[in-house]
Amino acid sequence: MRGIDFSVRAGEVFALLGPNGAGKTTTVEILEGYRRRDAGLVNVLGHDPARHERDFRERIGLVLQSTGIQHYLTVRETVSLYAGYYPRPRDVDEVIELADLTESRDRRVGQLSGGQRRRVDLAVALAGDPELLFLDEPTTGFDPSARRQAWEIVQGLARLGKTILLTTHFMDEAQVLADRVAVIAGGKIVAEGPPDTIGQRGRGVTTVRFSLPDGSELPARFGARTTEAGYELDIHSATRALHELTSWALSADVELLGLEVLRPSLEDAYLELTGSGER
Amino acid sequence: MSGGIGLALRQVHYENRAFWRNPAAAFFTFVFPLMFMVIFNVLFGGLGRGSSSASQFYTPTLIVFSVITATFTNIAMSVTMARDEGVLKRVRGTPLPAWAFLAGRVLHAILIAALLVMIISAFGAILYQVRFPWERLPAVVATLAVGAATFSSLGLALTGVIPNGDAAPAVVNATILPLEFISNIFIDMRQAPGWLNSVSEIFPVRHFADAMLALWNPTTAGSGFAPGDLLVIAGWGVAGLLLALRFFSWEPRIS
Repeated sequence: MRGIDFSVRAGEVFALLGPNGAGKTTTVEILEGYRRRDAGLVNVLGHDPARHERDFRERIGLVLQSTGIQHYLTVRETVSLYAGYYPRPRDVDEVIELADLTESRDRRVGQLSGGQRRRVDLAVALAGDPELLFLDEPTTGFDPSARRQAWEIVQGLARLGKTILLTTHFMDEAQVLADRVAVIAGGKIVAEGPPDTIGQRGRGVTTVRFSLPDGSELPARFGARTTEAGYELDIHSATRALHELTSWALSADVELLGLEVLRPSLEDAYLELTGSGER
Repeated sequence: MSGGIGLALRQVHYENRAFWRNPAAAFFTFVFPLMFMVIFNVLFGGLGRGSSSASQFYTPTLIVFSVITATFTNIAMSVTMARDEGVLKRVRGTPLPAWAFLAGRVLHAILIAALLVMIISAFGAILYQVRFPWERLPAVVATLAVGAATFSSLGLALTGVIPNGDAAPAVVNATILPLEFISNIFIDMRQAPGWLNSVSEIFPVRHFADAMLALWNPTTAGSGFAPGDLLVIAGWGVAGLLLALRFFSWEPRIS
């Protein structure tokens, strides 16, 4: 990491978004107390995590990227084992319900699918009723329906008032779950804010894309770029620009083929910010 | 600390539950030394060992073998696996004190060792008429306790040099099996060359076996305490504990 600075408010879902190897897990492991920072100040719930204090660990819940669980205990036994480590645990059956594991509560962890096991990770993290939850890439390796399910669980936790620090390399995940996002690339934060304002999105640049029938030409005053597929136009005020464009097309009796209006997605912003885009 | 002891005992309870749910592993843990006992008695039953017979020799030495397997081998392997699967890392992130987690593992291993001691003693008594030395019970318990504690701490120490879970069986066997062969466990060392005896006397396996052989030997006089042997064994235990404290790792070494 090369000097990052951010703060997460109580009750907020904050996402660290970045490509693999950007430093998300390093950051989170410093906050969790697994790694020591070389320099700088870290304050989590009023504690310095590097001191590995017990009362700090009583208030946090961790879903790490890869952690094993004893295979021979059932889901319910596993959750009660971990609940017993905390002074004020949440009710075991309630935790199992929150993690959507009620149907497999009496099955052994070793018999569960990967997705179910990941939910056991989450249940174990919730067992102590933490105020702050770290979720390090909670849905990596999930199929689309399992991801939706996991998102619903996280949204449920956010409604319970938990503060959640999430890392992900999925733009849509950050967009759906997070109140605020910090984009990390090359050990630095390159953008921070609510998902809608990341990158160009805040500036409201919209792209209009279309092509014209053979033999027709777009007047130069529109200032469009020509691409292989036709034209591309960057605009700030979509209403006005589209009106001008369609008026011209009607009066010239030209069809705007494949007309598309594109708000740049978080994905575009992300690719641009992290320098991994092709354009 | 007192809360920690409760947590450690709770760990033992869950460890135990998990242990018996892998019946194949549990079964062979107990059958393995008994198989050895039968095989060695068949192989060497005809040969006398001074005043004692082969069964007189193999009952105490296979008890030593079982205690070492249940503590050293089992702890070194299971803790390394748990480390590389990330179980240790997960536990480290909870308020459970680290020592309470490890104490749970060790206590469970010692419980299994105690069960093995009873089974082998009974097996020796019933099948081969080897008398259990009741009159020396305090020394038997003390020797077993020092041995189990030492080989538990050496097992924890060994995890520090095992690079990953896949290497655990190889490293564990390579460290303990040769010593068992030269330490009066499988083979009577009186026929072995003097220098080999000197080498084996450096290590705790030999002293554990000799102390136990003396306890089971009907000609041994007195309480049977062997302070010299116990001291060497305990010394290795303390060294193991210091090495474990220095090199133990909670993080997977492969990912």
